[in-house]
Amino acid sequence: MDEIRKTTKIQELTYELKIKDVMSENIETVSSKMPISSLRDILYKKRISGIPIVNDNKLVGIISIEDFIKCLEQGEMDALIEDKMTKNIKTLYADEPLVHAVMKFEKYGFGRFPIISRKDKKLVGIITKSDIIKGVLKKLETAYHDEEERRYRASHIFNDIVADEVFLKFQYYVEGKNFDRAGEAATGLKKTLYRLGLSPEIVRRAAISTYEAEINIVAFTEGGEIIAYIDPHQIKIIITDKGPGIPDVKKAMEPGFSTAPGWVRELGFGAGMGLSNIKKFTDKMTLRSTVEKGTHLEIIIKLSDYRNED
Amino acid sequence: MKLIEIQELLEAEVLTGKYDPEKEIQIGCSSDLMSEILAFGKPGSILLTSLKNIQVINTANVADIKAVCFVMGKIPDENIINLAKKNDIVVLITKLTTFESCGRLYKNGLKSCSYFNLDK
Repeated sequence: MDEIRKTTKIQELTYELKIKDVMSENIETVSSKMPISSLRDILYKKRISGIPIVNDNKLVGIISIEDFIKCLEQGEMDALIEDKMTKNIKTLYADEPLVHAVMKFEKYGFGRFPIISRKDKKLVGIITKSDIIKGVLKKLETAYHDEEERRYRASHIFNDIVADEVFLKFQYYVEGKNFDRAGEAATGLKKTLYRLGLSPEIVRRAAISTYEAEINIVAFTEGGEIIAYIDPHQIKIIITDKGPGIPDVKKAMEPGFSTAPGWVRELGFGAGMGLSNIKKFTDKMTLRSTVEKGTHLEIIIKLSDYRNED
Repeated sequence: MKLIEIQELLEAEVLTGKYDPEKEIQIGCSSDLMSEILAFGKPGSILLTSLKNIQVINTANVADIKAVCFVMGKIPDENIINLAKKNDIVVLITKLTTFESCGRLYKNGLKSCSYFNLDK
């Protein structure tokens, strides 16, 4: 399972990274009119295995260390590069995703590909398999570093703070009747809880319950607020509004019971599932409502495994 | 099932730019009622819907749904696509009906969310 996951992450990176992110830019080039012997110094001193051949800024071929050795064996060191180089060259654009390079290496079995710019077709770099490996490793290292930092910033907060009781409070204001902004509180809280290092399942349960409650505020009231309290043992979310209140709380809790107006139903809600969904995803739910005064909903999600995560 | 297979089966177009075609989607769900998706949708699944508004993406986001396909040729507005991009949700569109879209995916092995336990 872990193996599959890692492969996927690396595959993901090959789509994220562009060829220009990993290619070598300081490239040695040689003119095709030079003799093979002139390659000796460059190949030896720069420790490279292939050189693009460029005439008047135009890429015309590529010559590899294998070509050089062949000429050496056959005593053809005075031959011109243009007679020995590979002319039918396969190139890649600098702005292509790295995965294209990976695929071309697999397809052709070459050791390197010259990279050209899409705009003027000029040579801008060269890519070898080792450039790909280095590029992916570097990106992984950065991602790992960010992850380490994120974990430190957030999930250790309860251990780092010295107090008899610690809780964090996050407050969100919800505008009534504005469906374009509905969901901002729930998605904001979701992001926050995730950054705190809570397990994805806990975060999901809290986000879904908050979202349903937020939809209720938007659909039925003139506005309200959502306050989440997080301590090492539980998430407590209190959702309040200033009316109109629910006349029959017991009836409102029945799955399928709805008083939602048509415009709410058109938006994909109002099927009488909101409160039962909240109940389903939380460990404790308390709903109090007074007609004309407002509704007070309190939900609790337990974090029994929070401390074990370290 | 790989995301690219889903795209091919549904003859769908991806609207959210670059994505990983190898991404594994194991479960599918479909409804125009977002509360049903919140109740029964599974993390990592694809949602097929003919409902077209920003709450579809918010629903997918809070329920950890990784891809949304708007069926019957409905083209989502730019703000829907932008919110999806921001939350790493792949958006596809297909001209097929809901029935045919679900049918093609199910026939080719995509599991239904009811295959899995519905406990919390």
